[in-house]
Amino acid sequence: MDTREIICIGCPLGCPIQVGLENGQVTGVTGNTCKRGEEYARKEATCPTRIVTTTVPVEGGRLAAVSVKTERDVPKEKVFDIIKSLKGVKVQAPIRIGDVVASNAAGTGVDIIATKNVT
Amino acid sequence: MLSYDIVIIGGGPAGLAAALSAQKRGAGSILVLERDKELGGILNQCIHNGFGLHTFQEELTGPEYAWRFILQVQEAGIAYKLNTMAVDIRRNKVVVAMNREDGIFEIQAKAVILAMGCRERPRGALNIPGYRPAGIYSAGTAQRLVNMDGLLPGREAVILGSGDIGLIMARRLALEGAKVKLVAELLPYSGGLKRNIVQCLDDFGIPLKLSHTVVEIRGKERVEGVVVAQVDANHRPIPGTEEYYTCDTLLLSCGLIPENELSRRMGVEISPATAGPWVNECLETSVAGVFACGNVLHVHDLVDFVSEEAAAAGRHAAEYVLGGAGALPPAHADVPIQPGQGVRYTVPRVMNPARMDGEHKVRFRVGGVYKGCYISVYLNHDRIIHRKRPVMAPGEMEEVLLKKEQLLAFPDLSQITVKIEGQEPA
Repeated sequence: MDTREIICIGCPLGCPIQVGLENGQVTGVTGNTCKRGEEYARKEATCPTRIVTTTVPVEGGRLAAVSVKTERDVPKEKVFDIIKSLKGVKVQAPIRIGDVVASNAAGTGVDIIATKNVT
Repeated sequence: MLSYDIVIIGGGPAGLAAALSAQKRGAGSILVLERDKELGGILNQCIHNGFGLHTFQEELTGPEYAWRFILQVQEAGIAYKLNTMAVDIRRNKVVVAMNREDGIFEIQAKAVILAMGCRERPRGALNIPGYRPAGIYSAGTAQRLVNMDGLLPGREAVILGSGDIGLIMARRLALEGAKVKLVAELLPYSGGLKRNIVQCLDDFGIPLKLSHTVVEIRGKERVEGVVVAQVDANHRPIPGTEEYYTCDTLLLSCGLIPENELSRRMGVEISPATAGPWVNECLETSVAGVFACGNVLHVHDLVDFVSEEAAAAGRHAAEYVLGGAGALPPAHADVPIQPGQGVRYTVPRVMNPARMDGEHKVRFRVGGVYKGCYISVYLNHDRIIHRKRPVMAPGEMEEVLLKKEQLLAFPDLSQITVKIEGQEPA
């Protein structure tokens, strides 16, 4: 059996939570002081995800870079692959919030969309 | 001379929310002055997500959050001037501003809303010895360079200060391929949100050293490295604990200071604890008809709270212009709110029960980390609120709700005290 140590991010308390794992299945959660902590720890121990935010260069706009994000959360271990997949991606102004900047980033099936208007 | 009911200094989250709410409350003409080339303020460079959970019940990035307000301001036809710097506000509410098209011009306002935000504490205020090489940036400057100008400030960085901007920038630099060697924090706890410690440092294996500071910056033309040492309880470096880190970049995330030069000059009284104006429950400063909201009033953790506070300031400014609440002589004197044990400050500083809405939030910060303690509120010597909090820290703003009925019904109310009870700080 494996034990994963997780610091809860639900509130400033930052409870250190231990999640017991067996074959990828949660066998027990200890150390949490509330229900939200348990839910967070279960997810974080089994399938941690993040929204990735970064920028890509933009040509012909009033700014040199446009901010972008993954349309939804992606597996944490894919974060650097996604960043890598955006190297070399450039967009042309005008670009609007929600425009797809790159599709299926790093094979995750998740699109990268603009989060700012650059004209 | 131009003339407006309300002139708002600053087109960031506070200014935009104040403008929308003032118009909704019936203010006739509103002008927003913004010194940058677009509305949205600091949100434009905060490209990470996590904004708007309270306001929109979803997680937005900074530019997306700003855009929701910008769109509403544009649709409402509220006037704004970009690339325009307010250089003076006279006591008679004449705002002096300048830009490239209009030159220097004056605007007569009936009410003014201060929404100028805050600035980062610079190196000069930190007393770090060493030369003045290139490669030392405030975290926010680096954030702007990376996120808006598409430039990477350096390859190997050390970050001093664990405020949220410093943590966010640690992750940002790591994602862009820079090596972030260390985040050093002078205090024994981080001033940043837990979420940021986990997702910006732990996720990337960036070490955080508490009770540590930079004692020397090496390099003459460009930063070559920094010496970091542990500090004692009085923040003095402990000899023998020095460690040298090579780096070409030092980011400073050592606190934010409300930007109140204009306020001070016009005679607005400033609180030493917040470096922002003293305000009453209408968010009106010591100068009648001048209101303040957002980070110029006190530094916030969450933009959602800025929007909420600014909406209140806008509404009260509109009411002042319309001659509503401000014109009526208050039936009750202002009651001071005293920050007691453990409480650094409260906003507002005074509460007038007669002018209050049905209930009113008082926001405050604690001076240390408190576990298992109580937030207590006293009316004179009677305790009316005693609420347990598992943990309170200086980095997270707290609030209590006061009810108008309860205050009005209290005989001879002369002081409200907010304090922390239960035990000493951890």
